[in-house]
Amino acid sequence: MAGLEDLYREIILDHYRSPRNRGELETPPAHRAEGFNPLCGDEIVVYVEADENDRIRDIKVGGQGCSISQSSASMMSGAVKGKTIAEARGLMGAFKAMMSIHETDIGGDGSEAEQGIDSPVETIATAELKLGDLEALRGVVKFPVRIKCATLSWNTLNQVLEEIEAD
Amino acid sequence: MSETNEAKPDTPSTGPPKAFDVAAIRADFPILSQLQTTSDGSKKRLVFLDSAASSQRPNQVLDAMDEVYKTGYANVHRGVYQLAERATNAYEGGRKKIARFIGAPDAAEVIFTKNATESLNLVAGSWGRQNLGPGDAVLITMLEHHANIVPWQMLAAEKEFEIRWVPVNEGGELILDTLDQLLDGVKLFSFTAMSNVTGTLTPVRRLVDAAHAKGALACVDACQAVPHQPVDVTEWDADFVAFSGHKMLGPSGIGVLWGRRELLEDMPPFLGGGGMILNVTTEGFIPDGLPGKFEAGTPPIVESAGLGAAVDYLSTLGMEAVRQHEIELTAYAMRSLTEALGEGLTIHGPSEPAARGGVLSLTLDDVHAHDISQILDESAVCIRPGHHCAKPLMRHFGVSATARASLYIYNDTDDLDALTEALVKARKFFAL
Repeated sequence: MAGLEDLYREIILDHYRSPRNRGELETPPAHRAEGFNPLCGDEIVVYVEADENDRIRDIKVGGQGCSISQSSASMMSGAVKGKTIAEARGLMGAFKAMMSIHETDIGGDGSEAEQGIDSPVETIATAELKLGDLEALRGVVKFPVRIKCATLSWNTLNQVLEEIEAD
Repeated sequence: MSETNEAKPDTPSTGPPKAFDVAAIRADFPILSQLQTTSDGSKKRLVFLDSAASSQRPNQVLDAMDEVYKTGYANVHRGVYQLAERATNAYEGGRKKIARFIGAPDAAEVIFTKNATESLNLVAGSWGRQNLGPGDAVLITMLEHHANIVPWQMLAAEKEFEIRWVPVNEGGELILDTLDQLLDGVKLFSFTAMSNVTGTLTPVRRLVDAAHAKGALACVDACQAVPHQPVDVTEWDADFVAFSGHKMLGPSGIGVLWGRRELLEDMPPFLGGGGMILNVTTEGFIPDGLPGKFEAGTPPIVESAGLGAAVDYLSTLGMEAVRQHEIELTAYAMRSLTEALGEGLTIHGPSEPAARGGVLSLTLDDVHAHDISQILDESAVCIRPGHHCAKPLMRHFGVSATARASLYIYNDTDDLDALTEALVKARKFFAL
């Protein structure tokens, strides 16, 4: 039986209370995408401005949601800021790998959670990337219904990155 | 409350309410006797406060369904053998009980569907597709569940009619000042009898009368009303009434659409298949009469028997007594929650307990409903976080999610004390 302390680590609560990179960016030059969790109504908006070398120059996060989705978004923004799009995708793969243990377990419910999941090969290759603060979200896998909260911002980031690459 | 399998006459809806013996009622619900193990290894009594999403069911319902499966199951309306006849009797017996429970003049007006959502889709897909087009309008309200919004939006995309909305005030009550203007040119007014978010009870008869005065039909989403208060479709004078079995002690997989016979007779079938035809040739088909016309395929046979047992159970309690019990609990909950949590707590919806059903949608400080629900689960308190399938209303209140506690016959003040205590814990945990 997983305890609340597995889910609500102090660092998660810290990111929830003081979210990093909160706000908006002007579009263009930034790109913007909205993500929804249809189950609970959480909405997240991610703005990304990339430079000519596909490096994430700036990222901002808006929207509203629970402590898990908000802290995950805050940590995500800190983790990918300054990284190249390829590096950000690598982190995404590593994070999804950390979360995916239960995504497969919950079977038919995983359709949304699987949006934007990188191929398994890449996931293994990137699993060694340093997740840093994001490691604190590892406990979420013990609470399967909350995995979608944790992955919402990453799926939304993935949408923005796809838009940037399509541009 | 130990032998309610047999049909009993409806309890009169007048007279003093009977004493409500929650302990005896709880004993009929096996699921409520289990203990939930929390993360510290302690065992807690299950506090189920999510009946607005789906209720639990008593042994009487489970036994009635078991009985059909074990002794009288076959497909209905087809076989000539005894077993098939018993199954048909069980299925049609449920229909008669439900008709009596809602005051339907004729059991053939009771159409079995999958749930209230399908019932409303049936009205849109059959009556709506036949009768709505450019220049027409359908009126709904800001209180509606997505089930009474999206079917109209889907059909409007195809038939190009207008959808209008009755506005809602800050207290979650309909603003009816402009109702007559809103009804101009409207062919159907479809509205909820009780909000699943705020518990707001709407003045059903008044709304039906207003619709009829403008030549519009009235469709009532009674999904939250039928389980919790006396409902008489004839007194409402409605044209269509939709509700679900699983919110009223019955099984999942069965819902009801009641409609006035002459309307149902003029409507085309909704789903096609076996069971809904009189004849099929290579050239086409002739639909069956009521209710078969709207019941394509093998229907919810055992579920009908279960729902029949559920309305027996509710009738024995008396719907007036059920309603009274929930008003008392709602008043207790509003008082004790406000006392314990004070500022920072918002209970959305009407402030007067008698003006609302037993649904308490809460926001607490800035703590997200998901997090509240997670903390409450540690105390074995089951509530629902989220938008409750009513996003337009949530947007109106300026919130993305609420924590919703909803009451039913098996809840008591102990449950509400557990809720209050757990909410105090949640506030402490997330204190900024």
